Order: sequence, then C-alpha cells, then structure tokens
Amino acid sequence: MSVLVVQGLSKSFGGVRAVGDVSFAVAPGEMLALIGPNGAGKSTLFNMVGGQLVPDAGSVLLGGVPITGLGPRAIARHGVGRTFQITATFGSMTVRENVQMALLSHKGEVWSFWRPVAGRHAAEADALLAGVGLAAQAERATGVLAYGDLKRLELAIALGNEPRLLLMDEPTAGMAPAERVALMQLTRRLATERGVAVLFTEHDMDVVFDVSDRILVLNRGTLIAEGDGASIRANPAVREIYLGTGATSGGH
Amino acid sequence: MDSIVPQLLTGLAGASSLFLVASGLTIIFGVTRIVNFSHGSLMMLGAYIGWSIITRLPREPEWFVLGILLTVLATALIGVVLEVAVLRRVYRAPELFQLLATFGVVLVLQDVTLWIWGAVELPLPRPRWLRGFVEIMGNRFPAYDLFLILVGPVVLGLLWLLMNRTRWGTLVRAATLDREMVAALGVNQRTLFTSVFALGAGLAGLGGALSLPNASANLNIDLSVITDAFVVVVVGGLGSLTGAFLASLLIGVIQAFGIVLVPKITLVLIFLVMAVVLVFRPNGLLGRPQAEAREATVAAPVVRAAPRELRLLGALALLVAAVAPFVVGDYYLTVLTDACVAVIFATSLHFMMGPGGMASFGHAAWFGIGAYAAGLLMQWLGAPMPVGLLAAPLAAGIVAALFGWFVVRLSGVYLSMLTLAFAQIVWAVSFQWVEVTGGDNGLLGLWPPDWARSPRVFYWIALALAVAVALLLRRALYAPYGYALRAARDSATRARAIGLDVARLRMVALVIAGAACGLSGALFSYGKGGIFPTYISIPHSVEALLMVLLGGLQTVAGPIIGALVYTGLADILVRSTDLWRLVLGAVIVLLVTAFPEGIAGAARRLWLRGREA
Repeated sequence: MSVLVVQGLSKSFGGVRAVGDVSFAVAPGEMLALIGPNGAGKSTLFNMVGGQLVPDAGSVLLGGVPITGLGPRAIARHGVGRTFQITATFGSMTVRENVQMALLSHKGEVWSFWRPVAGRHAAEADALLAGVGLAAQAERATGVLAYGDLKRLELAIALGNEPRLLLMDEPTAGMAPAERVALMQLTRRLATERGVAVLFTEHDMDVVFDVSDRILVLNRGTLIAEGDGASIRANPAVREIYLGTGATSGGH
Repeated sequence: MDSIVPQLLTGLAGASSLFLVASGLTIIFGVTRIVNFSHGSLMMLGAYIGWSIITRLPREPEWFVLGILLTVLATALIGVVLEVAVLRRVYRAPELFQLLATFGVVLVLQDVTLWIWGAVELPLPRPRWLRGFVEIMGNRFPAYDLFLILVGPVVLGLLWLLMNRTRWGTLVRAATLDREMVAALGVNQRTLFTSVFALGAGLAGLGGALSLPNASANLNIDLSVITDAFVVVVVGGLGSLTGAFLASLLIGVIQAFGIVLVPKITLVLIFLVMAVVLVFRPNGLLGRPQAEAREATVAAPVVRAAPRELRLLGALALLVAAVAPFVVGDYYLTVLTDACVAVIFATSLHFMMGPGGMASFGHAAWFGIGAYAAGLLMQWLGAPMPVGLLAAPLAAGIVAALFGWFVVRLSGVYLSMLTLAFAQIVWAVSFQWVEVTGGDNGLLGLWPPDWARSPRVFYWIALALAVAVALLLRRALYAPYGYALRAARDSATRARAIGLDVARLRMVALVIAGAACGLSGALFSYGKGGIFPTYISIPHSVEALLMVLLGGLQTVAGPIIGALVYTGLADILVRSTDLWRLVLGAVIVLLVTAFPEGIAGAARRLWLRGREA
C-alpha cells in the first residue's frame, strides 16, 4: 500500500494556475523524483504536501489518513520528515543535541521542565548520526559544519521523527557534484533500510537518474510524464521541455 | 455637535506633528533596520535649538521660517555626528544592541540638554501673527494649527517626490526592500546610511521646532514623543511613509477626541488601537512582512554548561553574599537587596528574550502587576507578605497568559512594540485609576511582617528567592522544554517540521518570565514599603533590557552579572555625580560598541580563545 497518495491537487495564485489536478502515489522505500523546468509548480506541489500551502482542491492521504490542509506541525506529527532547500538546523546546539531535540519531540517529552537533556536518547542520536556519517562531529557546534554536513544533519534530524515519508526540497542545492551523488545515495540506502518513502525535487539530472525509482515530470502545473529513468529519457514531451538536451545538469 | 469640527482640526494638527517625527523614524528604520530610540531626543533638541535660534531673530514670519530651516539643518548635522560616532559601529550588532546603543544616546542627550539649557521649560514668546484665529463654521480656530495641518501633507508630498523622483530616493527605496542587494550592486552604504539618518534627524528637528508655538522646549519631550512615534510607525507599518501618514492621522484624531470623550483612558485607547491593528494586520496598515536578513548577523554560539571554574566562582560569590550582612552596614544592605530584586528582574527577562527570542520593551509591566497584586491584596484583605509573594507571580502569570494569547504569533520588532504598548497600558491604569491604585501617590504601608522586618532578614529572604528563581529558570533551560524553546528561536521552520508547537512554547516562556518578574515586583515593594506607577515606566523596562544585554544573552550567568553590574554602577553614579545619565549613557554606548556580546559573552570568548566554540 502506498504511503502517500495525492489526488487531484490544485492551487492557483491570483488567476495563475500553479498546479492543476495532479495525482500520484509513493510506496514505502520508494524514491520518487519530482522534476520540471523552473516555474513548473514543483515547489507549490511540495508545499501543499508539506503543509506550507493549503490546496484549492484535491486531497493528500498519508497511510490512508487525510492530511489535506493541515499545518506543517500537524503533518510532522503524522510522520512526515522534511529537509529544506536552505538548511534549517538549530544553531545554538551541538550536532548531537539537534538530533536529541528531534527525538525528544517525537517521543512527546518536550514538556518537561526538570530532568536535563544532557544524556537523554544520546545513544539513539549517535546511532542516527553514525547512519549519516556524522558520528565524529557529534560534539561540534552546528554553526561550524561544512554545508554538505549540514545537509546530512538535516537528514538525521528528519529521521529522528521516524518518518514514513521524507520530503526533500532540492536536497543537493548548493553542493559540489560529487557530494550530491553521495548524499542522495545515502538517502537511497536509508530509505531502503527503513522503508521510508522519499519524495524529492531536484535540478541535477545525474542525481535524478542515478537514485530515483520513479520520476514525475511537471510542466506548467500539470503532470506530463511519469515512469522510470529510461522511459522518461525516451519521452518526447520531456525532451521537448528540456530543449532536447536530454540528461544534462539543468537549472543553472 | 459643536465641538466636533474644532476637535477634528486639533486632531489633524497633532497628526502633522506626529507624522514629522514618525516619518524620520520610519525612513531610518527602513534603510538601516535600526529602531532609533534617540529619535525623540532629536526632536527635543530640535525644540531647544529652535528656541535658541528663533528667540534671537526678529519676530517677523520670514525670520521665523528661516529659524525653522536653520534648526532643521542643525539637527540634521547632529544626526550625522550620531550616525558616524555611534550607529555606524553597531549596524552588524544584534537588533537589541542597536536599541541599547540608541538608548544610551537618549541618556547622554538628556543630560547634555539639561546642562546647556537648564531644567526650566522654555516657552516661545508668540508674536502677534502667530496668535491669529480663523473662523471655521462658527468656531475660532488658531491659524497656526491650520498651518500645521498643511505641513503634514506637504512634507509627505516632498518626501514622495524625493523618494520617487531622485536617484537618491530610488536607492533608499531599494535599500528598504533589500539592503544586501543594494550593497552587492556597489552602492556606497556609508554615505547612503549617513544621509538617510541626516534626513530623519532633520525631520525630527522640524517637528520639534514647529511644536514650539503650541508647547515649549522641555526635558520630557524625548520619551513621550518616542512612545507616540513608535505607535505611529508600528501601526502604519515599519518602513512605510504613507502608512506612517495614515497612522498619524488615525492616532492624532483618536487622541483629540479621546481627551474630550474618555479623558481617563486616552493613553489606554491609543495603545488599544495599536494592539487591535497588529492583531488583524501583524505588519501594520501598509507594512510588508520583513525580509529575513540573508547574512546572519552574529550566529548564536552553542550553549554549554558553565565551566567548573565559573561554577566555583559562583558558589564563592554566593557565600560572600550570604555572609555580607555581618560585614556591611544598613545602606549597602539595601543596595544588596535591590541587587537581589534586580537579579530576578533580569533573569526573568533573559528567559523569554535569550532562549525565547522574544525581546520585551515592557518587562516592567509584570513587575508592576506583581507589586500591585500584593499591594491590593494587603489593602483589601490584609494579606500578609507570604501570601503577597505567592499571589504576585500568580497574578502576573495569569495576565501574561492573556497577553501572550494574542502576541506570540507576532514577530521581532512588532512583538517588542506590543510589549511596550502593553506596559504603557498597565502604567496608564496604575496612574489614572486613582480610586484603586492611588494614582501618582501609590499604595503605601506595604511592609514585611515583624519577623522579616530587620534589613538583614529581609535581605536573606531576597537572596534566597533570587537564587531559587535563577536556579529554577536555569534548570528549565537545560531541560527538554528549554531546548525546545531555543529550537523554536533558532529555526521556527525546523522546529515545526519536527512537530514542535512554536506558539505554545513561546506562550509558556512568556508566562514563566511574567510570573518570575511579578515576584521581583512584590519583593521590591515589601522592601520599599510602597508601590508607585514609576515601577512600570519605560525607563524601568529599559533597565531590565540594560541588565540583560550588559550581561549578554547567550549565557545563563549573563543576566545575573548584568543585574549586579548595573545595580552597582547606578548606585555609584547616582551618588557621585549629577551627570549620572551622561556617564551611564556613555558607558552603555562604549560597552555596546566594544562588546556586542555582553560582558559575560566577552569573558566567555576570552576564556574560549583558541578553542572551538
């Protein structure tokens, strides 16, 4: 059964239809890439699933439960993890404390005013950090991390919520090409291990074809193609919007 | 019905004066992102300088106009000096340090003005042509007020032309929208900022000089004007000139009618209007949501528990404090008791401001509510001190919860402004509701019970409460709640994405801070034997800010050190010099420019030098 089912999602801004009647589903452990030229409606679609925007029409089901129009916090509570295009972490905490915070929130232990955080769920946090290759940096301040490491920290924070679905908005933006593939292969591995469904947007076609199970192509707010890497590469409509350049790094 | 037209005209004249000051404030804020507390002082200087110039000139209208223009130039020049000497050094500092620096300027300018012009207020002798009346619908209306009514729209028009028809204006508008981008395009920020500040200061000077014929040059202008100007700028939307104009019309007219219809609650009325506007339009009438600064100013360092050496030092200090009554005399015991109250006052503000990220310009409100709760209970029910000390935090906490319900959604400067507004409401109630609060005379006869009346015992009680509050707040900050609160401050987006309820976290922080502060208010009142509206005044709120910022936001020890340093400094200054404001203001400005992370923060940096944060 699908983790995420999106049906007939639409959103207009003023008279402009940003997303029109988009439907798709993501299965557990599946990596679904959402691609399309600038202005195709990727971010709008993404933000409707993540709770930042309220759709005009359509529904979003998570594990069969409707989450349409809920706020980001409620959606997080339903088991959706997120990473952001511009990394968002807690700058006044160490790397480990960032993950501890996510664990505390997930376990509903936030409203406690007495017992110090210090050792709480430290082992679990370290395990998550080890999973993303940050074990050695656990004691460091978040502010001194390299950009690629921040992205990996975000992933560990998101996983602290034990999500069923991971939403990643341009996860590799601002990273060097070699780092990009490494980060997404890490995500791929974690998704498979934990059975987490991943929906991500991405401009780098190398990354998209390398790690995704399935690709959705959005243009002018509507879904124009859906399929695996080979079929998308061969799709004439897709080739046309990418000006026949095929699989090159777009978006620059 | 008769009084409607003249009242309306009076309101419009008042609106013009408000607009002159507010327009300068809003332009300066738009470009430099600095909330200039000293803007009221510039207007005050405008009034004094205007008085000095105009009284030396012949009394014909053309000389009056010349005098006004000279005043505008003089204040603009003072603005340039201020910008170059102080503000330029704090543009990169956190918002609140900028505010603190400008408040230091307020103190300095107040003493400088007192020193030059003396304490007596200076009315402008009005020549015959200034005393003329115009008949409007059967009412005699002062011609000068009609002239003032025209000045507002004319200045708005001129500013519009300046902003929309000159290259300089285009740069100012661009910088208001996106400062970093303008810098990236190679515009000389220094000249731009200096000239913007000069323009703003000149407008304040114009407002001050034009207010002379109807009022006088006096030393109260600075703080009374800055509160009104804040309200106008916030209601209009920070950075919006047209918004400031509309808001000054609104506020001016409400003020004029309020004085006639509901004289008792005029002050409350103004701030209620502001609160209502902000609840429905969180960015003011015409304001836009503020763009998030792209370059982080100073990234918050990681909060870690204090090193062992510091804890030992703290324990030692506590020991010294505990045995102090055996060593020092009664006078110093009072100072030490005040210091204990200050520690609670400052740590409670730090709780919501540091980890909570909510700066309060009106922390004295909770202090006053706690004090009056204890005082009224004593007066009505004869409640003894222990009951009063229990009721104070309870009352302040409950009011904080009601207040918090509609402000925690607001961001940054707007939230700070609402705290200021709320404190002014509480102040107005305590001042104007004479039947209950005793008004200016205060509530008297609030003494500790016999067993606690000796200064020594009372000091120990204060010390115990201060230590208890500081330790409890610290405990909460290192517990999951404190981390979650800090998480919400560091990144609200990320906090929500991991399922944290940001609004509720902040609300609870406000309640805790309010309750703790209420305790300090009651404690202070029992020590002094009375409660007065001055406990809730703006300067008292600013004192709390000073203590916290002096000590530094990033450490739990910060507000404690800040409270002690501030209490000691103020005590020494008040006793040793008449110009204590000047010295205190100068010290603040120096500290802020030299240690933008506070005393404790700077010590911490020195301590950690060479190691990674």
